[in-house]
This record gives sequence, C-alpha cells and structure tokens, in this order.
Amino acid sequence: MNNFSNDLLAAAPEVALAIGAMVLLMVGVFVGGSEERKGRVVLPMALALLLAVGFVVPRFDGAQSAFNGLFITDDFSRFAKVLILFSAAIMLFLGTDYLRRNNLLKFEYSVLIIFATLGMCMMVSANDLIALYMGLELQALSLYVIAAFRRDSTRSTEAGLKYFVLGALSSGLLLYGASLIYGYAGTTQFDRIAVAVSDTDAPLGLLFGLAFFIAGLAFKISAAPFHMWTPDVYEGAPTPVTAFFATAPKIAAGALFARAMIEPFNGIQADWQQILAFLAICSMFLGAFAGIGQTNIKRLMAYSSIGHMGFALVGLTAGGEQGVQAMLVYLSIYLVMNIGVFAFLLTVTRNGVQATQIVDFAGLAKTNPASAAAVAVLMFSLAGIPPLAGFFGKFFVFGAAVDAGLGWLAVAGVIASVISAYYYLRIVKLMYFDEPGEPLEIVGGIEHRIAWGVAALLMLFAVAPFEPFNGLGAPEAAAKAAEALLN
Amino acid sequence: MPGYEPTFVSEYLLPGGWILLQCLLLTGAILISLAFLLYMDRKVWAAVQLRRGPNVVGPWGLLQSFADFLKFVLKEIVIPDGADKAVFLLAPMIAFVLAVIAWAVIPVADGWVIADLNVGILYLFAISSLGVYGVIMGGWASNSKYPFLGGLRSAAQMVSYEVSIGFILVAVLLTVGSLNMSDIVRAQDSDWGLLGWYWLPHLPMLVLFFVSALAETNRPPFDLPEAESELVAGYQVEYSSTPYLLFMIGEYMNIVLMCAMTTILFFGGWLSPIPGLPDGVLWIVIKIVVMFFLFAMVKAIVPRYRYDQLMRLGWKVFLPFSLFWVVLTATVMRAFDIAPWASTAAAQALQ
Amino acid sequence: MTAAEVLPVLAFYLFSGVAVTSGLMVVVARNPVRSVLWLILAFFSAAGLFVLLGAEFLAMLLLIVYVGAVMVLFLFVVMMLDVDFAELRQGMSEYLPLGATIGLVLLVQILFGVGAWFASESAPTLRVQPAPSDVQNTAALGNVLYDDYAYLFQASGLILLVAMIGAIVLTLREREGVKKQSIVGQMHRTREESIAVVDVKPGQGIN
Repeated sequence: MNNFSNDLLAAAPEVALAIGAMVLLMVGVFVGGSEERKGRVVLPMALALLLAVGFVVPRFDGAQSAFNGLFITDDFSRFAKVLILFSAAIMLFLGTDYLRRNNLLKFEYSVLIIFATLGMCMMVSANDLIALYMGLELQALSLYVIAAFRRDSTRSTEAGLKYFVLGALSSGLLLYGASLIYGYAGTTQFDRIAVAVSDTDAPLGLLFGLAFFIAGLAFKISAAPFHMWTPDVYEGAPTPVTAFFATAPKIAAGALFARAMIEPFNGIQADWQQILAFLAICSMFLGAFAGIGQTNIKRLMAYSSIGHMGFALVGLTAGGEQGVQAMLVYLSIYLVMNIGVFAFLLTVTRNGVQATQIVDFAGLAKTNPASAAAVAVLMFSLAGIPPLAGFFGKFFVFGAAVDAGLGWLAVAGVIASVISAYYYLRIVKLMYFDEPGEPLEIVGGIEHRIAWGVAALLMLFAVAPFEPFNGLGAPEAAAKAAEALLN
Repeated sequence: MPGYEPTFVSEYLLPGGWILLQCLLLTGAILISLAFLLYMDRKVWAAVQLRRGPNVVGPWGLLQSFADFLKFVLKEIVIPDGADKAVFLLAPMIAFVLAVIAWAVIPVADGWVIADLNVGILYLFAISSLGVYGVIMGGWASNSKYPFLGGLRSAAQMVSYEVSIGFILVAVLLTVGSLNMSDIVRAQDSDWGLLGWYWLPHLPMLVLFFVSALAETNRPPFDLPEAESELVAGYQVEYSSTPYLLFMIGEYMNIVLMCAMTTILFFGGWLSPIPGLPDGVLWIVIKIVVMFFLFAMVKAIVPRYRYDQLMRLGWKVFLPFSLFWVVLTATVMRAFDIAPWASTAAAQALQ
Repeated sequence: MTAAEVLPVLAFYLFSGVAVTSGLMVVVARNPVRSVLWLILAFFSAAGLFVLLGAEFLAMLLLIVYVGAVMVLFLFVVMMLDVDFAELRQGMSEYLPLGATIGLVLLVQILFGVGAWFASESAPTLRVQPAPSDVQNTAALGNVLYDDYAYLFQASGLILLVAMIGAIVLTLREREGVKKQSIVGQMHRTREESIAVVDVKPGQGIN
C-alpha cells in the first residue's frame, strides 16, 4: 500500500484537482439559491483551486513514474501543466463577466473547466497509450459539454454536437492506431514501445497504426486536414468557451503530441517526420488562406489557431531537443497572445450585443486609443512582425527546422506567415484608418484591461533580445522540459 | 483407470443422461410445488379478505391449479391481427425458459446443485435481468396500446431495481468472498445457528432486497406493468391459453426463485437454524415457503404504488442506500481486518 | 477424440455461427425492433464464446451489462421512436458499392495484418504476463483492475462522472407550473389546516 501512496503523491496535482472538482460539485448541489448564486459561490473556489495547484506544481522536482508506469511526472509535464493551469484559471476568471451578462453562470461550468483541466494534466503526464486516451477523453468530454453550454442557442448546440461527433471520430482513429501499435509492439507503455521499435526495423503494422494515431492527435490540436470542426465550434460556442478552447487545450494537445512522438517513437523519427511535415504545411497554408475571407472574428481566430498549430508542428517535426524547445516556446507565446486577444473580445459589445464581426472594430483607435494600441500590438505579434514576441517564436521554430535539415519547411513557413499577416494587419487597418460605425462599448471590468495590457507589454518586451523574456524563464524552462523529454 | 476404454456410451450418453435426469427431476419438483404454491397464494389472499378461496376441485380445493392448467392448455390460442406473430409467441417462451434455467445454479443442499458455477450469483443476476425481455417483447408484439405501455413500464421498472439489487449482492458478496452459490451458504455456517446467518449483519439489505425482489418480479405493490385499474392487464392483455400460461408460470417461478435467493443470501440456505439439528434440503424448502408466504401477504395487504413513487423509491432511496452499505461493509471489513467468511479454496484465492 | 475435446469445438462453431448469422440479421432485418432482438442474440453467443475461453466472469458481465441493461434501454428507445427505417434504408442500394469497397479495403488490410506484417521481435518479451492459471478469473480481473490499473479505473470513473454532469447540465429543465408531490409537506399536514367544518343550511349549499 505504501507504494500506492507514493504513486498518489507523484500525482498529487491531479488528485487535488479530482477531489476538488467533486467537492465543488457537492458545494454547488447543496448551496441553496438560484443557479447564478450557486455559480457565484463555486467560481471563486474553482479559481482558487486551479491557482493553488498551479503554484504547487513547479515546486516538485525530478522525474518519477507512478502507477505501474502509466503516469509520469517530469520537467516536461510540469512545464505544460503550469501553462495549462494558469491559462485555465485566467480564462475562467475573464469569462465570468460574459457568463453573468448572458445568464450562463452555472456552477457546473466551473466544475467542468476543472475536469477539463484535470484531463489535460493527465494527458501531458501520460506514459501509456491507455492513460493517454483516458486523459484525452476526460478533457474532450468536458469540452463537448461546455461547447453546448448555451442550450437555448442553436449555434452553441450545433457547435457542441459537431465537436462531439468529430471528436468521437478522431478518438476512434486514435484508438484504432493505438490498438495496431499495441498489437505490433506488444505493449502500450511508451518506454517499452521505444524498446520495441529500436531493435529492428519498425514493423509495418506499427507504422500503419502510427499514421492513424497521428491523425487522431492532429484532430485534437486542429491541424489541417483534420481541422474541419474548429471554425464552427469556435464560432458557435459562447465566447468564454471559445477563449478557453483557444488556450489550455491547445497547449495540452501540443505537449501530448510532443510526448507521444518523442518518447516512444524517437527511434523512428524519419518515419513520422514526413507525416508531421505534411500536417504542418497544410495547417500553415490553410490557416493563411482560409482566414482571408472571414468576417467573423471568432472564425478568424479559429483559422489563426490552425495556422499557429502548423507553426508549432514545424518545431516538433524538426525533433530533437532544439525542436521540442522551440515548439514549447512557440506554444507559450501563442498562449499569451490568445489570452490577450480573447480578453479583449470578451468585453466588446455594441448595443448590448457581443461584437463578433470584424467590421465592428472599425475606428476603434478614435474611440478607445489605449485598447486599440494593445490589440494592434497583439495582432502584429500574431502576424509575426519582427520586434515582437510572435516573431521570435517563429524564429525559434524555423531555426530548429533549418538546423534539422528541413530548410524547405522553414521557407514554406515564412511564406505562409507572410500571407497570414494580411488578415491580422487588416484588423489593425480597420481600427486605425476606417471610420467608426456605432461606438463600441468595453463592458468588462478592469481585469480585462489588465489582461490584454499585460499580454501586449509581454509581446513588446521581447524586443530587447530575449533579456526580459528570459527573466520570465520560458526558454530556459522549455529547454529543461525538452531535455527531460528526450532523456 | 487401467483398462478403461472410453466409448460413446461412457463419454457422451451417461454424463449427458445423468445431467438430463437431474434437470428433469428439479424442474418436475419445482413445477409440482408451484401448483401448490399458487394455491397457497390464492388461499392466503382469500383469507386476508375473509373469503374462502379455491375450495371446489379436489379435497379443500387442492387440485385447483391442475384444473386451471388443463383449462389453459385446452383453449384456443388467439393471436391478434397485426401482431408480430413470431415475437408474440417467442415472448412467453423466453419468459418461461429463463425462469426455469435460473434454477440450475440454486443449491438445494450441500452438493445438490446441477451446475456449481464459480460465478453462480452473477449467472442468477444475469438471468433475472433478462426476464424483462419476455415482458417487453410480449408488450410490443401484441400491437396494442395497453400491452405496449405495460411493456415500457416494466422495462424501466426492472432496470431501475436491478441496479440496487446488484449493489445489495455486492455487499453480501464482500462478506462471503466468493461468487459461488454454495459458498454463500457455507459462509453462513457457524455454531450459532440462525444467528450466524447474514440477515443479522445485513438486516437493512434484507429489507431492500425483499422490496426490490417484489419490484423485479412485478408483484404487488409494484405490479404497475399489469395494473388492472390503469392498463387492464398490461402486457398480458392479448395473451390467452398456453402462451398466457407460460407467462404466468414464468412469473411465479421467478417469485419462487427470488424467495430461494433471499433464503440463500440471508437465511443460510439448507442450514439448520438450531445448532445440533441436521442440515438438509427440508430446511431450504421450509424457508422458501415462509418467504413465499410473505410475498403473498404483501400482495394482500399493501396498496399499489404510483409509477413516480416507484421510480423515486428505486433511484433516490434504494440506490444511494445500497451503495452506502457497500462502502460501509468494505470499510468495516478493512478497518477491523475481517476476512471474508467463506473458507473454500476459491475464496482463499480471493483473499 | 473424447467428449472433452469434441464438445468445445462443436460449441465454438455453434456459438460463432449464431453470432455471425445474427449479426447479419441485425443489418438486414426490416423491423428495427427485430434488429435489436437479433443483436441480443449476438451478445448471447458472444457470452457463450467467452465461457468457452474460460472467462466466465466476462461472459456474465456481458449478459448483465449489455443484454440486461444497455439493450433494454436500446429497445425502449427504438420502440418509442417512430422512425421509418424502411425510408432510411432507401439509399442503401445507392451507397452499397461505396460501402462494399470500404469493407473490401478493410478486409484486405486485415489480411495484410495477419499475413504480411510481423510484430516487433521484442514484442513477446514486452507483453504483460498473463494471469496465473491457479487464480479464478474473477480474482485475476480484480487484481488487474484495482491494483495494476487502478489509475485507469479511477480515470474512467471520472469520465463517467463528467458524462453524467454533462447530461444533467444540457437536458435538465426546471419547468414552471408543474405540480410535484411534496412528501414532507403531505406528512406535515394537520387536520386544522386542511379541514374546515361548515354548517350547511338546507337548500342553500356552499358559496
């Protein structure tokens, strides 16, 4: 039994989240009053839980595997968990206002966010195909529900249903691949699969399974050509949910992707590299071209996230410590930019209705110069304009690709990022040079302004070659994480 | 065995014939006792209502059930127009066959059991959960409104109560440490006679099990699927003659089966209640009859539940309570380091 | 060949034959309710196959969970829904070539799988050891489920919990104006508050 308590200690953050979520569920059930009152009671507790776990996670050290090797905690998983927990907390907090305005503040929302976060933590700590699937499903199931959270809106219901059906399909692909891998490797545990693929040429059946497995994972990070669900879900889901989708799950799925490729299959990198390169190119170009015609800002952000996932995949395609580190840095920067953008999107209304059309932002600079400036900085950063952090993220991944001998991939990435700059810059142009229509209202509290302000400042600080950004420790931490993953 | 030559007879015919003989014996015994239990059911009911009950056929009306049997068999089978004929006729057969095959794992005395399965209790649970198909299929195939409603009600009702029956079984099995029916009885063997049986430590579960058994067998006060005031006769409306007879026999056999299960789980099966007296088949028969008497009394005394009350009782009272009891049992056994009762090799392996 | 050898083989062919046939009938049966009934038969045969494998616990679980609960709900839904399945089936001939092609491709892949592909050389040594034969399979499953894979067991519990929360959040509606029985209220009713004795004059009635 002692062994088991050690295991539980290794998984302490997950255990805390699971127990906390169940306690909050009980609190929500037994606190009296209206739905909204329950929501208001539970939400701060959920925030406190996420933040507390987020602060505790980095205090652990070293690598440890638990539960008969199903679960692993190391620098890599801790890096991803910190990002996941804090972004989940921030998004939960920033979404409160919107939820209250739209009568969506139910306590189940907070509970489901915690469960989704728990699923993501389990994903990035998974050291086994079954454990991976369990975490993935826990996360996905919670997300399906919150996508359809606005039950009286057909769009939200449609988003939930679409996400569910396509998610189930992708889970099926993933499982099919995983079962083939299991069949030909004889084990589901990552480090043992690594042994199975290292001794001889990898069996053909295993490669076949690997292709399905990658397709399933690509669905989860919405990489083209498995991206179909993303725009509709982003558009239909309530904005706080979209904001959540754009941040924590992307980090989790990205980190999971990295672990699932590097740890068991590092020996056959040549075999999966081409698939990933294909996915990366498709995503980057699809994100760049399809975003051009969009009129809805949430759809635009969906295509933007597809494109950004493509750039992140370039890092993973390159492989090796440098590639993984570049991917993690890219994901961190992407996270900060998205938090900023969505903090802004959550607050802008026109005549009491959420502004979701891009033309709504016309002339924002005249009515709201400060927020327009912040959004402009974020847009420049998303586009990857040189002095901003977004540029350095791309610089990292392309650098890794060139060093890994994938110069052509880097060239393709640069072209795609130039094309995609068009629609980011169009928003800046709309805000600064077009005539305002009816005035926009910024209804959110001070916390939103702080959020997008800080995000924009972070982007700017990256100007001085990395120094302040280094202060935050992201590249170092990412390097440590990548090292943990590869050894 | 030196010089032993396996032949067709010794390998196939003899063992097969022996099993067949056992089956026939048990089925025959059950069917004949069923005739008298039916008579007892009606007599008890009549007595509660200050009537005489059946008293014409045979001495004190003892042969009433046999007369009814003849009457049913000799009548014409009516199949409604538009009914799904195959399913319509299949339904009563399923109900009957399931009720009969469940008895294969019931030990009537130490070693007196047709199939001593390792997972005997699960087998019983599986068979009793299948019983609902006879009702649903009959209700649907009749192509008529009342039977259909009866079938739907029955489906929901039986599934609901099965859940808590499952947890009750788990609670008892935790203390036994084996899924074998005979082991469950042996685990209750002690020097204190009836005080060593499980009705004492699991008293609340006994109550829950008894009530759930009523619901599972569609007995009053839970006979919603055939409530005559609302659904005429529920899923049996369109049935006549032998198919109806099969339904009825199946239903009563299930009731007796539930009595036998209660006896085995909580009242020590074939064990003698008084230390010193010999154990044996007689005890289990007596116990089953007493349980059946309780079933008959409930039918006579308790008014029928409303459907929502039935569902509420199943999901909101029984389910949480039986679940709690499982947790409590496990906690107590763990905390005080109580080993499962059973002392068989199988149970030892589980420990 | 002795009975102990012949009977399992015969039983295997019986059960698998029934399973395959009923599986086919599920697809071709006209009536959806009959499809479900065939499916139940297929589950039954599968349970029989489990018994032949010596996995009696799994066999019973299959019956209890799938046949005893899942299929009942399935039947419940199919009987309640008034779906014209004949209409749904109209496109069948149209899509048959496509479906058959996909099926054929999958078949070829399976053939590849068993014929041309070989597992990694170290795969046999990497396999988790099978359960020892002297432990009953109920006990063996228990050990695997609650000791070796306790983490996954708990995780699946959480997934089911989320599914339950989701179902409640998305479907439960508090409707206005529904009369609900309040059992506590009924019990606390007293004679004073529920009965009024009125002296009714002849020929006047109560106003």
